[in-house]
Amino acid sequence: MSLFESAQEGRGEAILPGPSGFIERAETTGPRRMKKRASSRLKESAIQAFFFANGILAVVVLIGIFGLLLTSAFPAFKEVPIGHFFTSTKWDPTSPVNAEFGILSMMASTLTVTLGALVIAIPIGLGVAAYLSDVAHWRVREIVKPIVEILAAIPSVVVGFLGIVLFGPVIARIFHQSNGLNAVNGSFLLAIMSLPTIISISEDSLNAVPRAYTEASLALGASRWQTLVRVKIPAALSGITASFMLGMGRAIGETMTVLMATGNARSFPHGLLSSIRTMTANIAIELGEVSYFTTHYYALFAIGLVLFLMTFFVNLIADLILHKYQEREQ
Amino acid sequence: MQNGKAKIETKNLDFYYGATHALKNLNLICPEKKVTAIIGPSGCGKSTFIRTLNRMNDVIPGTRVSGEIILDGENIVSPGIDVVELRRRVGMVFQKPNPFPKSIFNNIAYGLRINGLRDHHIITQTVEQSLKHAALWDEVKDRLDENAFALSGGQQQRLCIARALAVEPEVILFDEPCSAIDPIATAKIEDLIHKLKQEYTVVIVTHNMQQAARVSDMTAFLMLGELIEFDNTEKIFTNPSNKLTEDYITGRFG
Amino acid sequence: MKKKIFQLIGFFILRACLYIVLAILLLFLYDVIHKGAGAISWEFLTKAPRRGMTQGGIFPAIFGTFLVTLITALCAVPLGMFTAIYLNEYATQNRLTRLIRLSIRNLSGVPSIVYGLFGVILFVNLLKFGTSILSAGLTLGLLTLPWTITASEEALKTVPNSYREGALALGATKWQSIRTNVLPYAVPGMLTGTVLGLARAAGETAPIMFTGAAFYLPMLPRSLKDQFMALPYHLYIMATQHHEITAVRPLAYGTALVLICLVLGMNMAAVVIRYRLRKKRRS
Repeated sequence: MSLFESAQEGRGEAILPGPSGFIERAETTGPRRMKKRASSRLKESAIQAFFFANGILAVVVLIGIFGLLLTSAFPAFKEVPIGHFFTSTKWDPTSPVNAEFGILSMMASTLTVTLGALVIAIPIGLGVAAYLSDVAHWRVREIVKPIVEILAAIPSVVVGFLGIVLFGPVIARIFHQSNGLNAVNGSFLLAIMSLPTIISISEDSLNAVPRAYTEASLALGASRWQTLVRVKIPAALSGITASFMLGMGRAIGETMTVLMATGNARSFPHGLLSSIRTMTANIAIELGEVSYFTTHYYALFAIGLVLFLMTFFVNLIADLILHKYQEREQ
Repeated sequence: MQNGKAKIETKNLDFYYGATHALKNLNLICPEKKVTAIIGPSGCGKSTFIRTLNRMNDVIPGTRVSGEIILDGENIVSPGIDVVELRRRVGMVFQKPNPFPKSIFNNIAYGLRINGLRDHHIITQTVEQSLKHAALWDEVKDRLDENAFALSGGQQQRLCIARALAVEPEVILFDEPCSAIDPIATAKIEDLIHKLKQEYTVVIVTHNMQQAARVSDMTAFLMLGELIEFDNTEKIFTNPSNKLTEDYITGRFG
Repeated sequence: MKKKIFQLIGFFILRACLYIVLAILLLFLYDVIHKGAGAISWEFLTKAPRRGMTQGGIFPAIFGTFLVTLITALCAVPLGMFTAIYLNEYATQNRLTRLIRLSIRNLSGVPSIVYGLFGVILFVNLLKFGTSILSAGLTLGLLTLPWTITASEEALKTVPNSYREGALALGATKWQSIRTNVLPYAVPGMLTGTVLGLARAAGETAPIMFTGAAFYLPMLPRSLKDQFMALPYHLYIMATQHHEITAVRPLAYGTALVLICLVLGMNMAAVVIRYRLRKKRRS
């Protein structure tokens, strides 16, 4: 029988000619090799399981956050009826007589400052994105993109600080207020924080528009501007919309900037120049002083839960839009 | 080459992609209201050439043109030229059909609207005329609001032709219009080109020699960026003067 | 003609948008540098605060930020790398993988204060780490995780498949091929991306406010269970709650400047590394 056949039958040893002519004994054995394979296969499975566990870590964390928030917020609703929580504008948890837990004012404040931010950031962000994708020389792009990244890297506490020391006095002077800590200030700062997101995702979307559309438009005698506005932006619309939603998510969830620059009055916003307190700011203000395991404590977690759900849904929608968009392009 | 007056004439045309010398000293005439075919092996510069005629290569960074391209007596390569208006006068149909992600109607209306036409009535009429011109009207008249991508490849290409016709060009450039389309649709488009030359000057790039022979009045044979031979189609395909032309026609290479 | 006019106006408006953004950034940086540079001195950077923070330095805050960022890195970087390895090397394109990716993207959108709340429940209370560097570092670690995962995955994607297949064809196991033929080439890129995530973590305030950061501590932290001072939190208190706000304003500016330099410095380091890596790969 041949060497090969004997090895297949696991017959211990095979004799192979060695390189310098003399014969070596090599152990090519069947069963021994398979045993090695089994142990190494076990090791491989263990390693794969390890990585799998890490893989689902993100899901676990997300569910964990939701779960822990839910369980920590839940006791609040034993004391505070849910309807009241969402529809009452009075938040006065420390009043000895009649503690109030209504977050409507805070939600309105969050929405006010978010919308204000978007009103500023959307046109400017889209404008910059369009400029970078369609007008700018590639050298300009190479310089501007890192600069936008720098803007994104500024910590929120620094932005809030500049809101107090830089924009506050200016706003106070322009609008004849006693101080400049209000919704306008907050909107402006949040716009700055949302801009990098909107710019970069919108620009990517515009760049992803197939060249074929651009060329078809130009070949018909359209100017570059007409091509941008009538063909490229409509074609990139889902990506651009998704960028707006992600920017909105950032604005809703931002804490330090609004905490420092919006005045933090507990009242329902009565105009852009009013001092307001967002949900995020409220948590930041009160969590440090609240006694553990009181209704107030649970209520703060309830606000956190609402925030989590709001940003979760906004991001989810943005994600779905982007996903659908990518599928279509393929 | 007494084939009527020249609509487009290139004089000592050179073209560079960065450092690469893609077109070398081309002297070519595209006669008015005739079909001129540009043939040659892959990479010979046919597409590059036809794209210079409507300055489509301008969108590619790093390209350079020298020499002259004369359209009705005007040199379109000179810096003072309004490229946007040039492209309205010299239309282009691309190799791969590229309708906009809009409805059939809006694909054609687009060209009209960007050129200032507002009257919906006139737009509707012009859309219908263009589609009839492109021999597509009967197939789409009941579904003008459908997305253009619902059409077959051949229909999309005819839509692109209709779109190009709608802005009333004087010249239509076809860059291998049938290479991405099935043979039956190809035949329809060739018929169309035959009819179009009554009103428009047509320049067509094709790698299909039989198509060139069927469709064109004049043929130019390009190789490695140079013009090897340019003559009446009949002469090129039956009795070419240049040996290289003959070799290409008979299939010895390319 | 009309087309040209509209184009000129349109492009001008777009350019104006860019100038607005650049102007704002320049204004920010100028203000902080201009007003903060005066406060920077050797004493400021290396000594502890005195007299209720109206004098002295911010060294403990710098030290604390470094410590907590270190914990963040120890938590987020390996976990991020392992998750990325799973996603890029082992996972198949199924629903679970889509869910994982969706979760990662959603995690990056969770508000920082919510991470803070989560940290309070889990690390401070449930796991009984108390308000400490450990709690804060772990909280920040979770916040940074989506970034390290994404950055690591992108680094892994740049390793050509032929490297993996070459190893497998020689009889290596999957893990061996990853360990010897993928990771060594991907790790530099992974680290670059994670530095960017860490730069973000270093600047965060909300997650550490209730999990360990303190404004004034008499001594440097001596163990992971101690509270700590941190630059962003320091800036926040100095700017909003200090009893002598206007007097300490210059110090606040100085703190802001140090924080910006730290964060931007880390960003720039990452960009430089990324640039060098790309150059190396091209040659």
